Amino acid sequence: MGFLISKAFAAEAGGHADDAAHGAVHGPLDQFEITPLIKIFAGETDLSFTNSSLWMVIVTLAIILLLTVGMRRGSVVPGRLQSISELAYEFIANMVRDNAGAGGKPYFPFIFTLFMFILFANVQGLIPSTFTVTSHIIVTIALATVVFIGVTVIGIVKHKLRFFTLFVPSGLPIALVPLLVPIELISYLIRPLTLSVRLFANMMAGHTLLFVLSTFAVSLSGFFVLPALAPLAVTSAMYGLEMIVAFLQAYVFAVLTCLYLHDALHLHDH
Amino acid sequence: MEVEAAKMIGAGLAAIGLAGAGVGIGIIFGNYVSAGIRNPSAAPKMFGNALLGFALTEATGLFSLLIALIILFT
Repeated sequence: MGFLISKAFAAEAGGHADDAAHGAVHGPLDQFEITPLIKIFAGETDLSFTNSSLWMVIVTLAIILLLTVGMRRGSVVPGRLQSISELAYEFIANMVRDNAGAGGKPYFPFIFTLFMFILFANVQGLIPSTFTVTSHIIVTIALATVVFIGVTVIGIVKHKLRFFTLFVPSGLPIALVPLLVPIELISYLIRPLTLSVRLFANMMAGHTLLFVLSTFAVSLSGFFVLPALAPLAVTSAMYGLEMIVAFLQAYVFAVLTCLYLHDALHLHDH
Repeated sequence: MEVEAAKMIGAGLAAIGLAGAGVGIGIIFGNYVSAGIRNPSAAPKMFGNALLGFALTEATGLFSLLIALIILFT
């Protein structure tokens, strides 16, 4: 057992000297490596077209393809692609109606785009030997920062200075204001961080787990084929769980965006 | 102490945080099932909330798993 684990972790424990000796020995975190495909430099700034950018383009094209091809006919009795598009549309429309409340409707296109992009990126990342765009914090924090700045600007434009009553819980005794306002302020400012780390940590931990589990199967099959089926079964089960997580994280990201929007639109009066 | 050994111990300690996520997820789905038994007609409505709670709880556990992985593999 000790030998198997040490073999499974040989790639990381041995470091880069080991990599050179064995040629293509991959560590669990190698799958997240960004490699430039077309090198572009603007002065000192690296603007290279990387594998991350490539998969983002593919994800976007896949969404556009699904929605345009699916809705081209627009028949009363929907076909397969049309049902998928309509299901996704209705799902998000219901979610925005329930969570963002009145006045949330104009922001439906943004939330739908956000949801579809994260969902497709997550699910596409589960295809073996592709690259998961959302497993990088720089991508998720960009999405979360857009949401954060957008929601704050919407709140300030709608309520002017009254927006800052958001940080004072209603019905609060005056004595508690200096204590609770900093806490509310910090929990508001930390939102982009928690929103992005949740998505990125789920994706990265899931993919690393799948890699480590499948390494057990590979290293065990070198000796006995039959026992190697056990880690393979566990890997398959985890793969199923990862598919649920991929959908769930996209859903959670969209729901939380709706809830933040609700806060900005309605402040405390529900 | 060797750095490799210290790394392994640190990663193991960081992974203890996942116990909290396990307890939390158990509470969420346990309460969801017991509520569903009491009032089966309300169960489908609450499933979305249960999943949302599951995702939020799981994320806190994943923060510690992430720290463990970073210690182990970098």
